[in-house]
Amino acid sequence: VKTNFSDAFSPGPTPTFEMSARESLSDSQLRRNLGKATQTIRRKRAVAVEEMPDWEGLREAGRALKERVLRHLDTYLLQLEESVTRAGGKVHWARDAAEANRIIAQIARDHGSEEVVKVKSIATDETKLNEYLEREGIHAFETDLAELIIQLAGETSSHILVPAIHKNRAEIQELFKEKLGAKDLSDEPSDLTEAARLYLREKFLGAKVGISGANFAVAETGTVCVVESEGNGRMCTTLPPVLVTLMGIEKVIPSWRDFEVFMQLLPRSSTAERMNPYTSFWTGVSGDVGDGPQEFHLVLMDNGRTDVLADEIGRQALNCIRCSACLNVCPVYERTGGHAYNSVYPGPIGAILTPQLVGIGNPGPDSLPYASSLCGACYQVCPVKINIPQVLVHLRGKVVRHKQDEGGPRQKFDPENIAMQTVARVFSDPDLYERAQRFALVGQWPFVRGGSIGRLPGRLAGWTSVRDLKPVPEQTFRGWWKQNRGTG
Amino acid sequence: VRVALFITCFNDTLFPETGRATVEVLERLGVEVDFPLAQTCCGQMHFNTGYQREAIPLVRRFVDVFGGYDAVVAPSGSCVSMVRELYPMAADLTGDRRLAERVDELGPKVFELSEFLVKKLGVTDVGAYYPHRVTYHPTCHSLRMLKVGDAPLELLRNVGGMDLVGLEEPEECCGFGGTFAVKNADTSAAMLSDKIRRVLDTEAEVCTAGDNSCLMHIGGGLNRLRAGVGTVHLAQILASEMGEG
Repeated sequence: VKTNFSDAFSPGPTPTFEMSARESLSDSQLRRNLGKATQTIRRKRAVAVEEMPDWEGLREAGRALKERVLRHLDTYLLQLEESVTRAGGKVHWARDAAEANRIIAQIARDHGSEEVVKVKSIATDETKLNEYLEREGIHAFETDLAELIIQLAGETSSHILVPAIHKNRAEIQELFKEKLGAKDLSDEPSDLTEAARLYLREKFLGAKVGISGANFAVAETGTVCVVESEGNGRMCTTLPPVLVTLMGIEKVIPSWRDFEVFMQLLPRSSTAERMNPYTSFWTGVSGDVGDGPQEFHLVLMDNGRTDVLADEIGRQALNCIRCSACLNVCPVYERTGGHAYNSVYPGPIGAILTPQLVGIGNPGPDSLPYASSLCGACYQVCPVKINIPQVLVHLRGKVVRHKQDEGGPRQKFDPENIAMQTVARVFSDPDLYERAQRFALVGQWPFVRGGSIGRLPGRLAGWTSVRDLKPVPEQTFRGWWKQNRGTG
Repeated sequence: VRVALFITCFNDTLFPETGRATVEVLERLGVEVDFPLAQTCCGQMHFNTGYQREAIPLVRRFVDVFGGYDAVVAPSGSCVSMVRELYPMAADLTGDRRLAERVDELGPKVFELSEFLVKKLGVTDVGAYYPHRVTYHPTCHSLRMLKVGDAPLELLRNVGGMDLVGLEEPEECCGFGGTFAVKNADTSAAMLSDKIRRVLDTEAEVCTAGDNSCLMHIGGGLNRLRAGVGTVHLAQILASEMGEG
């Protein structure tokens, strides 16, 4: 289990996917927890989607809306700023994570706040806000149950929607006993949530500043929306007098009506629910009447997103509404879990988002587009039709071109690069190709034993670690064709 | 009907029996088969591994070799999906408009064997006889890229003497994924172990599919375990007749 917080969005290198996966794959408890959880949610999602007569139409509408947003992002963002300001909120623009963190810490300091409460937010995980605030003497309390579990355990999230998916009830029971001082706690879900509730209520009532992310923000009205299941998010957005929302710039949507599409797509894709339990909307500040913050700040963050936008194929990753359906169906994610991706965005969407946000040329993130068998299950379930396999292949191309064009001699003389160049030359000439076929027949003899190949050298050893290989037969198909049918 | 056989480099070199079976089935149904000897490889391995500049000459070669045919048939869903689904992306990379047009023109004429038989020829019974207990693995690219649907199963259901048994979680990837099986060998192995468990649960003697790449993966694992279960390409089952071994 990953316990340090450094990942693709922290300074310094991260391990490659294949290195980290090796470790996770041997963890039988993790495999069991993840396998059970993803298979259950996958089946439930299929049922929830099946009952929609116009699901494909909705997906298409979701994709079209998100693409419109990206085409006119500048316009919608300025409109959003205007609307939020009109409603009494203040908009801040953050070029990167550091700037976003500085802005948020300053707001907390301005209110003399040493404790803040947080709604589950991946954007703040991306900026490593909690650690930044801690260094500034401000403690951030995670209030989403799963985020709280992760925070108490000193771990990182392993799933976009279910951050503690890698843990089971008994593990959580032990953790709460130790960290919340709940001595006689059972492992019943109701008892576990009660223990968390008692601990959190105090924090909600005491905090002056609440921090949230955003699922959507409406350009037309300035309304921000958070979708959650527990109601703890709503406590954070209504009880503290000051509310700060950190939002990636791609989360803006044009109009209130667009919720018609997204509120049908999101719950069914993520939790397999027809309707989401707690959907909070707020527009600016509450003024003198009713509950809600007296002061509202919206921080709009780029942090690499405009670079993603500049890539014609890669930009569809910005359509993502963070439902996590792609994680739940991914045969790779199901077995390795989220920590192997070394990113706050794991799974198939993380594999295309992370390397684009941090930029090509970093060994850890560069390995992520390869963390897929290109089976296409993710594309099939994506509610906004992100063609994840296509982007994966596109990014692999960028990774290889970067190595070939800007890499040092070690990358240029990499055995894989040399082998690929050689094979490409062989395939471009039928005569060379036929000679290579004959060479393979002769060259394989040291490896063939009892009619199969059980051990291969170099990088090909990965194949023969658990699989045999069939030897090249005496006659190729073209050999047979020439012999029996003459020439083509 | 006259078609060009796109054998794929993989079948040509490693599984010639699948090619011979494909010719046999097509000819039995009255299809005239041509085999252009200038063909080599579609470039999928290069393209999908990121060596996309290296794949471009192979894309051009494919279009040159097969461009003149009304229909191209291959016993591989994966290689067909490369041509049909990824060639446009490859052509875009070159900025060559003419290539892009030729790719768009050729794509819809390239078929995986089972979809050609069922959807183009309208045949679901090819007169095959195969007296074995068989389970079918629908490969990812046939299923999700080409959307061949039940075409292979329709063909299999009409094979005489065969005991066709269903696979649990059939649509889950076997873990091959081309160079994925080497680059992420551990994850691939974890996926393979589940697929093998499900194949063994069926108590089938043979696991079949429309792609020898997936079958080489599943079969390689079964053979390593000396599980006593074989893998046979769909084309070879369809080519089998009464009175053969």
